[in-house]
Order: sequence, then structure tokens, then C-alpha cells
Amino acid sequence: MSPYIMLFGWYVIFHGHYSPGGGFQGGTLLAASALLLRVSTGQDFAGKQFRESLARPMAIVGVLIYFGTGLTAALMGGFFLDYESLPIPGMSGHWLRYTGILIIEIGIGFAVMAILVMMYDNLLKGEDY
Amino acid sequence: MEFLSGHYAYWFIFALMIVGLYGMLFKQNMVKKTIGLSIFQASVVLFFVSIASKWNATVPVKSDQFPVENVANYLNPLPHTLMLTAIVVGVATLGVAFTLLITIYNRFGTLDEQEVIEKVQ
Amino acid sequence: MIETHLPVAIVFTYLLFAVIGTAVSFRNKDWAQPLAVLGAGVATLFSIIAFISFLNEGEIVRYWFGNWQPPVGIEFVYDGLSGFISLVINFVAFIVLWHSGANAKAEFKSKRHVYYSVAMLLMLGFNGMVMTGDLFNLYVFLEISSLASYALIAIGNKNAPFAAFRYLIIGTVGGTLYLLGVGFLYTITGTLNMIDMEAMLPMLMDNNVAIAALVLILGGIGVKAALFPLHGWLPDAYTNASSTSSALIAPIGTKVAAYVLFRVVLYVYGADTFESMIPIDYIIGLLASVGIIYGSVMAIGQKELKKMLAYSSVSQIGYIIMGLSLMNPFGFAGALLHVLNHAFMKACLFLVSGNLRLKLGHTRVFDFDSSVAKKQPWTMFGFTVAAISMVGLPPLAGFFSKWYLAIGTVQNSNWLFLAVILVSSLLNAVYFFRILEKVYTNKDNPADLDLDAVEQDEVGFNGKAPVMILAIGLLVIGLTNAAIVGFLFNIFPG
Repeated sequence: MSPYIMLFGWYVIFHGHYSPGGGFQGGTLLAASALLLRVSTGQDFAGKQFRESLARPMAIVGVLIYFGTGLTAALMGGFFLDYESLPIPGMSGHWLRYTGILIIEIGIGFAVMAILVMMYDNLLKGEDY
Repeated sequence: MEFLSGHYAYWFIFALMIVGLYGMLFKQNMVKKTIGLSIFQASVVLFFVSIASKWNATVPVKSDQFPVENVANYLNPLPHTLMLTAIVVGVATLGVAFTLLITIYNRFGTLDEQEVIEKVQ
Repeated sequence: MIETHLPVAIVFTYLLFAVIGTAVSFRNKDWAQPLAVLGAGVATLFSIIAFISFLNEGEIVRYWFGNWQPPVGIEFVYDGLSGFISLVINFVAFIVLWHSGANAKAEFKSKRHVYYSVAMLLMLGFNGMVMTGDLFNLYVFLEISSLASYALIAIGNKNAPFAAFRYLIIGTVGGTLYLLGVGFLYTITGTLNMIDMEAMLPMLMDNNVAIAALVLILGGIGVKAALFPLHGWLPDAYTNASSTSSALIAPIGTKVAAYVLFRVVLYVYGADTFESMIPIDYIIGLLASVGIIYGSVMAIGQKELKKMLAYSSVSQIGYIIMGLSLMNPFGFAGALLHVLNHAFMKACLFLVSGNLRLKLGHTRVFDFDSSVAKKQPWTMFGFTVAAISMVGLPPLAGFFSKWYLAIGTVQNSNWLFLAVILVSSLLNAVYFFRILEKVYTNKDNPADLDLDAVEQDEVGFNGKAPVMILAIGLLVIGLTNAAIVGFLFNIFPG
């Protein structure tokens, strides 16, 4: 069941333009697929699908993708998050904006999934009181 | 009567808000307070979505059946996008609230507000 | 060219340092604090550069995100008000984070790195709130800073998570009420941009929806600003948080909420529209006055320094909101000057309480004795300067802000508010001078205390220098206040 949810999650992210969906929803669905495995089979087996230690770097990478795209646009002479100024060869105009939003949605997807999985893992580990 | 029936969506949202506030104020259990908070936020989200609707309009996804030039064919997408962000904010708040509740439970052994207040004194 | 990017650079420096801080400090926890101080320092530098360029050129910088023009897109607006507030909060954050090293090691050993990342996100939220020119964007940044502050408050003593939970419930209700008010405004104006809305609202003066929206927004932001009946979260939250969290949130958090009140009342609604709707300004002034007296009276009755400072904060924010409600230039200038002064004073006081807690292990007022003055002379010097300024004696900064507020009340012939200001200054004197008396005068039998044997047990350089900088800053502000007030008079519209 879990691979299908994951595939659907990626589908939702990529089609955020034309149908209901986008970064947040897709990220949540991806997280649901990882958490489903954790809840049903326990931490050791689920760790094979998505290691615990992978979650935190993934969240950081996700935020950096978002921020980096915006910063690149700003450094290239436009405003922050102005996708028209992204230095991707072979595209221009509204195709560039489309690609820019796609990159950002992927970044959001990574970040949301990593954070939701991280919250679940942290709750399981417990805290020192 | 027109006042009631014409604005029935707003009355419903108002009722939801009252339910949420009731939960937050009058329930002792802290988890129930958090659920009341969530209901309250959901009512505001519904308010924004309800003001985005128009007569005979369709979802704001570009379609060839409805010409784009006539804006009245499409719902107002702006409140929907705002509410996307508001829902995410609500989820994050719920996450922080539940983390706090787990910490409180582990330290005080109870989730009832009166008992925690007594233990704090 | 770079100046146009500065408003955004200030805000996103914190985001960058939050991410980098998280990444780096999971390898080596000792890097967390220097990175945080560096982040706050860079942001302060940007604020100073932007402020100086604003003073020189005098033009308001409007920064459009993604190159979408204002009615469609989100923009950041850097004008006199936001520049001034951002300079104040960034500088205070830099000083507080610099000081926090020793306290952080003592109070939460294993979670330091997380603490600093969350502190960066908190400043991100506050700076975003100050810079933005879009009402919904303000809600987003408001919630970012609120969530970060709930987390920061929860890392405290044993009771802290409960205080943080209560703050969460009340604070989120406040944010949601603000959101509902923004929704109302959107239904009648069709825009969320502050500058556009300012153009449209005078035409809608008697519309019930606009009045309802104003009440909702004021109520919602009033929760965050600790306006009188909505202040209930503040004493517990500030007392139970760690010293550094209190020092970070107390001088900055409620002030940014007061800034939002300024922005909404003056810039979105406009002073004339606001006055002619319903007599809200007088009601808010009354609530603020009650808050001032209530805060001062409750502070006198407290046995513990941090709780006393928390109630004192309730009273001071009352001054600022009363200044707002006066609706004349002296009131506004006094209120904003008090924002600057109170940020410095409260930060200094909370840092001093952190020092005392570090070395003495407690901050119970009635257990202080003259040995404290011998053991920590620098710290108590900072406390004395800040306390005298809070009471309002010249030439320190506190006197001038109360002076301008008093002139504002006289201009309105509002004798009740004037009496409130004077009486509360006396009440402030009671609880501050009580501590000074306990620490500096030597009323006990000298033999019992054995003063000569007590050596100096002062905190290290990182603990002393920030307190000194803030204390000297108060003196500097007091002496140069003519220039500051001259600037403040010019930034208000009409």
C-alpha cells in the first residue's frame, strides 16, 4: 500500500499547477506513506524504507532549495523569488516561472515530509525529563 | 427571515466558532481544549472559503469549456490560497500544542487542567 | 542596487542562519551560540545600513516579491516606522544573544543548539512582521514568531510547558481573530495590501464590516501585545521561561505587536477615519490606563524578580498603547520613544536577572542583601541605571518618553491619563527602589553579614558587557533624545 501512496504523493506535487495539489499536500502524502510503514511494522523494518537519520538533513535540504531558488533569482538581478531571472538555459518567459514554481514545490515537499517523519520519530524516542 | 436564510453559511460558521470557543473555555481536559482551538481555526478557514464563491462559477482550474476572459465563470482563487497557508499554520500549531501536552503529561502525570494548576502551586 | 534588497535581506538573514545553525550545530554544539550571535549581528548591520540610507534619501523602499506588482503580489515596505522598529529589535536581539552563552549552558545544557535555531526563527518572524506591507503576510509572520515563542518559553523550568500551553491557546485565538478581521476587510475592499487599503477605507467609513474588522484586529493583536484584559498569559509565561528567553521575548515581542497596532490604526485606517468611526481610541486608552495601574500594583506585591518584571512589562506596554490612543503627534512620538526605551530597559533588567540567577541561584527579592552589591558590582550598576530609567528620572531615557506622553495627554486635555502616568511612575519607584535599598544600604548588623569576606563573584565578560552596553545606551538615548524625537515627528502621515 505504501508505495502507491508515495507515488500518489509525487503525482500531487507535480500536478500542483493544473489540479488541486501542490507542495504542502504532496509532502503530507509522502509523509503519510512513510508513517504508515512505521506505525504498522515498527521502527526497525520501516527504517529500511526511510532511515531516521535521513530526515533532518532532508528537511534542511528542502528549505535550502526553496531559499536558494529565491536567492539565485535575487542575485541574478531580479527581485527575490522572481523566477524569470533564474539562470536555466533553454527556457524563457512563462516556462521559466513554471519551472521555478516546480522546483520550489519539490523543496516544500521534501521539507514537509522530513519534518512530519522527524516529529513522529522524536515522539517515539521520548525525552529526558 | 431573509436575514437568517440568506446568510445561512455565515450562521453555520458562527455556530462552529461558538463550539470551538466553548471547547476551549469550558472543558477541563487540555486535549479537548486543543481540539476546540482546531475547530475555531477551521471555522475561520471556512469563512474565507465561503466568501470566495460566486453564483454559477466553477473551480479555478483553467478549462476549455469556460472562457477565461469572463472572470465570473471562475471562483475567486485568492482566499483558497490564503487558506492553504492558514491550514499549514494550524497544523504546525497543533504539532507544537501536542508536543507541549506530552511534556506536561510526562512531568505532571495528568492532562486535567485543574490538577495541573494545583500541582504547579 | 544592494540597498533595494536590504529589507528582504534583513529578514532572510535569520532564515539562513537558522538553517545553517541547525545543520552545523548537530555536529558540534558549541557552534550554535556564535552562529546565532553572528546572524543577529549581520541583521543588525543590515538594519543600520538601511536606516542610514533611509535617513539620507528619505524615500520609502517598496520591495515587490517575484516582480508581481502590488495589488497582485506581496511587498515589503521599508519606511520610517518599520525601519526604526527593526533597528531597535535587531540590536536588542544581538545584545541578548551575545549575553546568553553562560545562561544557556547553565539552564538547558543538552538543548542549546535547538534553542538558538528557534531563536533565529523567532527573529525571522518579528522582522517579517515589521517589514511586510501585506495584511495576510503579517498573519503568517505573526504565527511564525508565535510558534517560536511558545517553543522558547517551554524550554524553561518545571512549570514552563504549562505556561507555554496556556499562552498557545490564548495566542492562537488572538492570531485567528486577527485573521478573521483581515477576512472582513478583504470582503469589502478586495485587497490585502496595506497601502491600497489605506486608499480605499476612507470611502467606507461607516460600513459596519469595517468597524467589526477593526475591533477584531485590535482584539487579536491586543492578545499578543498584552493589552489589559488580554494579558493573562504574560506573567506566567515570562516567569517560567528561562532567563534568555524572557530577555529575548519580553523587550521585543509585545513591542512588535504594538507596532502592528500602530500600522493598522495609522497607516491602514488613517487617523481621521479611526477617530470618526466609534470612540475606540478613548476605550483603548482607558484599557491601557487600567493596565498600567494594574501592572504596577501587581508588581509591588511580587516576591520574585522575574514575575515583578513581567507585571512591569504589562504596565509599560500600557504606556505605549495609551500613547497610540492619544491620536496626536506628541503621543505617537512618546509611544515610539518608549518602545525604544523599554526595549533597552527591559532587556537590561532581564539580563541582570539572568546574571543574578546564574550566580546566586535564585531571584527572590526579599532574600537580596548587601552582599549582592559587593559580589556583582557591575551587574547592580546596570540594574540601577535601568531602574532609574524605568521610574523616569532625567537625564536617562525613561524620563523623556514619559514627558512626551504627558505633553500628549495635556494636549488632549485628558487629565485622567496624565494622573495615571504620574501615579504609576510613583508606583514604579516603590518596587524598584525597594530592591536598590535592599542591595545598597547596609541596615543589618555588619557582623552578621561578614562583608569583607565576600569576594567579587561577577559574571564573565560576556555577561557584563551586554548589560553595560544597554545601560550606557540608555544614557545616550536620554542625552540625544531631541534628535530621535525630531525624527519620530516626521514619519507619521499627517
